[in-house]
Amino acid sequence: MTTKTNEQAHSRDMASLLFGDLWGYAPSPESTDHVRYAQRYGHFINGRFVEGKDHFSSINPATEEVIAEFASADEAEVDRAVQAARAAYVGVWGKMKPAERAKYIYRLGRLIQENARELAILESMDGGKPIKESRDVDIPLVAAHFLYYAGWADKLHYAFPGATVSSIGVAGQVIPWNFPLLMAAWKLAPALAAGNTVVLKPAETTPLTAMKLAELCQEADLPAGVVNIVNGAGRTGAAIVKHPDVDKVAFTGSTEVGKIIQRAIAGTRKRLTLELGGKGANIIFEDAPIDQAVEGIIQGIFFNQGHVCCAGSRLLVQESVAKEVIQKLRIRMESLRVGDPLDKNTDVGAINSRAQLDKIHELVQSGIDEGAHIHQSACHLPSRGFFFRPTVFTEVSQSHRIAQEEIFGPVLSVLTFRTPDEALKKANNSPYGLSAGIWSDKGSKLFSVAGAIRAGVVWGNTYNQFDPASPFGGYKESGFGREGGLHGLKPYLEVR
Amino acid sequence: MTQTQKKKSTDTTQKKSPETATAPNVEQTNGSESSVSPKTQAKSANPPPTARFTSSAPNDHRLVGGGRTDSGRLMVHKTYKMWVGGKFIRSEQGRVLGLHNAEGDLVTHYVRASRKDLRDAVSAARSAQTPWATRSAFNRGQILFRAAEMIDARRESLIARLQEHANLSAAEAAQEVDAAADRMFWYAGWTDKYIQVLSSVNPVASSFFNFTLPEPTGVVAIFAPTNAPLLGLVSLIAPVILSGNTCVVLVENNAPTLAIELSEILATSDFPGGVVNILTGLRDELLPHAAGHMDINAIASCGGNEAQDRAIQIAACESVKRVHFFEQPQTLDAWCSERQQSLYSILPFVEWKTAWHPIGV
Repeated sequence: MTTKTNEQAHSRDMASLLFGDLWGYAPSPESTDHVRYAQRYGHFINGRFVEGKDHFSSINPATEEVIAEFASADEAEVDRAVQAARAAYVGVWGKMKPAERAKYIYRLGRLIQENARELAILESMDGGKPIKESRDVDIPLVAAHFLYYAGWADKLHYAFPGATVSSIGVAGQVIPWNFPLLMAAWKLAPALAAGNTVVLKPAETTPLTAMKLAELCQEADLPAGVVNIVNGAGRTGAAIVKHPDVDKVAFTGSTEVGKIIQRAIAGTRKRLTLELGGKGANIIFEDAPIDQAVEGIIQGIFFNQGHVCCAGSRLLVQESVAKEVIQKLRIRMESLRVGDPLDKNTDVGAINSRAQLDKIHELVQSGIDEGAHIHQSACHLPSRGFFFRPTVFTEVSQSHRIAQEEIFGPVLSVLTFRTPDEALKKANNSPYGLSAGIWSDKGSKLFSVAGAIRAGVVWGNTYNQFDPASPFGGYKESGFGREGGLHGLKPYLEVR
Repeated sequence: MTQTQKKKSTDTTQKKSPETATAPNVEQTNGSESSVSPKTQAKSANPPPTARFTSSAPNDHRLVGGGRTDSGRLMVHKTYKMWVGGKFIRSEQGRVLGLHNAEGDLVTHYVRASRKDLRDAVSAARSAQTPWATRSAFNRGQILFRAAEMIDARRESLIARLQEHANLSAAEAAQEVDAAADRMFWYAGWTDKYIQVLSSVNPVASSFFNFTLPEPTGVVAIFAPTNAPLLGLVSLIAPVILSGNTCVVLVENNAPTLAIELSEILATSDFPGGVVNILTGLRDELLPHAAGHMDINAIASCGGNEAQDRAIQIAACESVKRVHFFEQPQTLDAWCSERQQSLYSILPFVEWKTAWHPIGV
């Protein structure tokens, strides 16, 4: 009887968030009429699109339909790209007047702004993220990143006091599928500003917008070979990392692959930056603004379907407010709209690939098997495509896999604590150290906890904020080096 | 220890234990010793030994000068121990190595650290790290400044040791000691400045206050240079610890005893136990255990050969360690150059933390 009353109250509260369910949402899909893309792509080497071989398909994860086919670069094709990058470095880019470099990078930023709508739609089609995120977060940040670093290109000697700086050479960059074009921008913009040339490999499930970026490089009349983009999977990435004429390797992706790359470059003097996995702790103290915190929790774990290395995937909530927070969280979770990524009202889109969906299922099952309590949104899921219900686990203990391993999906693990000291111990009890959130209205507590957390990005009373001026990167097994801001220049410069 | 050069005085050593002269990695039983001569360092910054010692014939088991002062007084024998967790310790395995002068006379024994000693030292460094990092920058600076004072205070004694143990001339020994004191003094001043110089407030395009500042990485393993036994150590240790890291230093060079002399200086400079831990021994033996240790966050290495550097990089990936190789100067003048001290030597051993907070009422 009590349970039933609770359920009724629960659904009433949920309805109140939706204005009493008085109005439904009409479908509001973004039109795809005007987007242009090819059915087959090779690679972009030395300023030209070249044919490739061993094509694979990139599918729309929301419909499981093939979008386009992409070639896989082998060692020889990667070698051609590296040679083109070397020639451009020696012949053009490395000796270009910094102010000219700045204007090229600026031009890329402007062209991205001009093509923002098309890029946003393609990003959502290829990767499954909600159009409101690709339109309002990803693509604007891509443009902002190029514009920010454009300004650095002719001011590098101001960045590192007392030192002389110079470019490094050819950078090999391997990026993930969760923010395809944004990760390309994070890699390309500082590398180019510092005077290096680049061979970039997009992820094999999301290569489409990188090919559009290659078109923009052509439109911008960027000198041939400054940016080279090769398609392919792990083998192509390995060929870039191991190429003897690559001076610097930058990788964003899983910790597992990051370790393989660190091992692969042993015995060389290649520079390396790694931006790897995370298991971010989002800590809610009893003196937090609870309603705002609940929004922050939602933003922390369900943004981009939880495909975020810095996701707030471990919720640490103080016992005294745990019941209230969890109740409000469940109600808010019910109101999330899951479905067509191109629908402007969609909050949670498609899981990026079947492989990732399988991994999420497997870890969620482990949470159930190990005794945690599962709460899932009752939302309607589309019959086709890769989707997963927003999920919260309570009664999670530190040893559970869902508290230790990165799920990279819309799955939150809730743990509780009594004292700030216990919260800190639990937050730091992870091999990762990428991000953390702290919610409290007490300033001294925020400073104290933020100082003691071993993580590269700490959000106080907010979560998942990004900006080109703000350095991003991890402690411990979340990698090393920073991307963004002044500190993001250093990995691409020789500083003496 | 690379066996690239044979020392002229190994004859007797080789007769006694031929395998140890060529393969110092072989496990030693308690009491036996392998020989380390100042001349085995192919790339030593130190000049050829001077004919300082007057013993009539090479004698592996005789202390230099019979362990007497010039006036004939029998000296109180000094045992060179290691420094771990603020205590002077022997190896738990009880193994020692011998330091010989150019004539082959035994200068002294020193400790050959074991894997267990390394692990104990890491544990001490870990315990000391948070308390050290949370001391005020001013306080850490005061302690480093005092270390510079203590180097100066023991100037004569250090000069004598560098002459006796590393075969430096009096002028060279004085040059190295003075440069070591000055280097410690230079880095001491950075403790409360490097954050100011390297931090940033980031003008993000939304209503947030956003700033970035450096924090110590944690526990750092330092593979000490193979030359400049005093100045080289100071040049690596100071930039690592000034930010709040603690360290475990592994010393194999032409005069490891100077590292212990340095630890006696640091021990009287108010360093909390465990901030600096100094082990003497064989780099090849300890290297895989240090580079693969899951509770070491970063590695600083100087003077290793290609194979050693590669082994460090391979083992380091298990816990995504930060690895930084310092190029080893080959002459004392190069070591003493101001180019060997840099704000940017601090950077490989800090992490950047970026914090965001909304601005509003």
